[in-house]
Amino acid sequence: MLQNSPVLDKELPPITTSITDTPGTPAKRPGFLGRLNPIAGLVLPGLLLVLWWYIAEVAHLLPVNQLPTPGRVWNTGLQLFNSGELFRHLTTSLGRVLTGFVIGSAIALVLGTLVGLLRPVEKFLDPFLQALRNVPSLAWVPFLLLWMGIDEPPKITLIAIGAFFPVYLNLVSGIRQTDRKLVEVGYIFGLKQFELIYKIVLPAALPYLLAGLRIGLGQSWLFLVAAELIASTRGLGFMLIDGENSSRPDIMLVAIITLALVGKLCDWGLQLVEKRLLRWTDTFKGR
Amino acid sequence: MSSLLTIEGVSKSFSGSQILRDFNLTVEPSEIISLLGPSGCGKSTLLRLVAGLDPVHQGQIKVKDLPITAPGRQVGLMFQEPRLFPWLNVRDNVAFGLAPSRKDTKDKFVAELLAEVGLTEAADLLPRQLSGGMAQRVALARALAGEPEVLLLDEPFSALDAFNRMRLQDLVLKIWQDYRPTMLMVTHDIEEALYLSDRVVVLGEKPAGVREIIEVKLPRPRNRSDAHLVKLRSQLLTELV
Repeated sequence: MLQNSPVLDKELPPITTSITDTPGTPAKRPGFLGRLNPIAGLVLPGLLLVLWWYIAEVAHLLPVNQLPTPGRVWNTGLQLFNSGELFRHLTTSLGRVLTGFVIGSAIALVLGTLVGLLRPVEKFLDPFLQALRNVPSLAWVPFLLLWMGIDEPPKITLIAIGAFFPVYLNLVSGIRQTDRKLVEVGYIFGLKQFELIYKIVLPAALPYLLAGLRIGLGQSWLFLVAAELIASTRGLGFMLIDGENSSRPDIMLVAIITLALVGKLCDWGLQLVEKRLLRWTDTFKGR
Repeated sequence: MSSLLTIEGVSKSFSGSQILRDFNLTVEPSEIISLLGPSGCGKSTLLRLVAGLDPVHQGQIKVKDLPITAPGRQVGLMFQEPRLFPWLNVRDNVAFGLAPSRKDTKDKFVAELLAEVGLTEAADLLPRQLSGGMAQRVALARALAGEPEVLLLDEPFSALDAFNRMRLQDLVLKIWQDYRPTMLMVTHDIEEALYLSDRVVVLGEKPAGVREIIEVKLPRPRNRSDAHLVKLRSQLLTELV
């Protein structure tokens, strides 16, 4: 075809292209929640704070050794922050989470791709992994301690297990959701097997993979606390246990609030990545 | 000169029922051929065989004397739906089809094709931002980018409204004037078949073979209400309905 591929200097028939017929969301009047938008996420925590303050400090519904006042917790937090102790626990935990998360999701990426693409690998591997998935996380702990001692390896391993399954499961179903019609386009253009994978299958599975990574990161924090509650001398989970042992609910609350904030921050980071990589999706974004 | 595409005694069955029986057709370079027939008669099946997407049971399909055994760059296929990659913008979707040999002149050729289908200004848009007609034009440009020996079109404009369909038919003619591609098109639109093709191949009921071949010896572009076309149209209508 295209025998001599002339550069187009001929007169073109007028084909008008309207680029404005872009489907978009209908314009809507900002409602009450809409106007609140920038701070909407802070409303509920704020209300909780007021409730907490009222129960602990005004109405004295609970004794201070069960529910310390917000002011007390703030001061404890400030002390721990200034002494560098909070930072030390935080970086320890963060380091464990990130290491475990990276290891777990990297393995999930490899196994998920293989299982998603190759039926024989799926038959061989998937039943085993599905069985492992049903072992409750805490059931691993005694064995991990037995095999790996009480140092970092068992903690990292537990976190990696936590991160692995959501990433693996989502990636496999993402690959299997790839539109056969798009894969056919790849065949038509004579793509080789590995080109089909990285040009069509993996991009198509990307929304699922990113959802899996977000859940996996959340799970990592969950498993971190499980790991640190059992055997550790540092970390936010250790702060919780330490607070419990020394009857300091204020320290426990500082740990919990820190966990909530860091967890949220991590998820927010991944959400930004997700938004950037998935601009092309044409899905319902909520009203 | 030997034919560009030869289909010799091709038969095909799906789960026991025969779809095509002893189908024969030869296509010369730069010809436009339409396959016309009742729905479900095996037109699209035949295209999938020529594209190498499904295996041939009996007979042989050859492009430039080489048998088709698997999908490959020698045959291009444009589907009924655009089938664009939603994560690539218009320019990258077109570039997706480029032959590896085009590497050096890549950008220039893509720009040329976008201009050909009138989408230069839409190059950076994502598929979700396109209307149906625009999306199908991108698909056409992507198919052309592969520079296949034969371009197959599977009811390419059937999902479009009448106005867009006519514009795209004219676009196909312009592309044919500029590049002279060989095209084999499945359609259920009699007027489209007569307006575009050199020969209209009428398929019979299942299992389908060639029932009749109608030559349309009119220069292009044709007048849609040309007396000869109108006569052929009513002839085809009585045969098909």
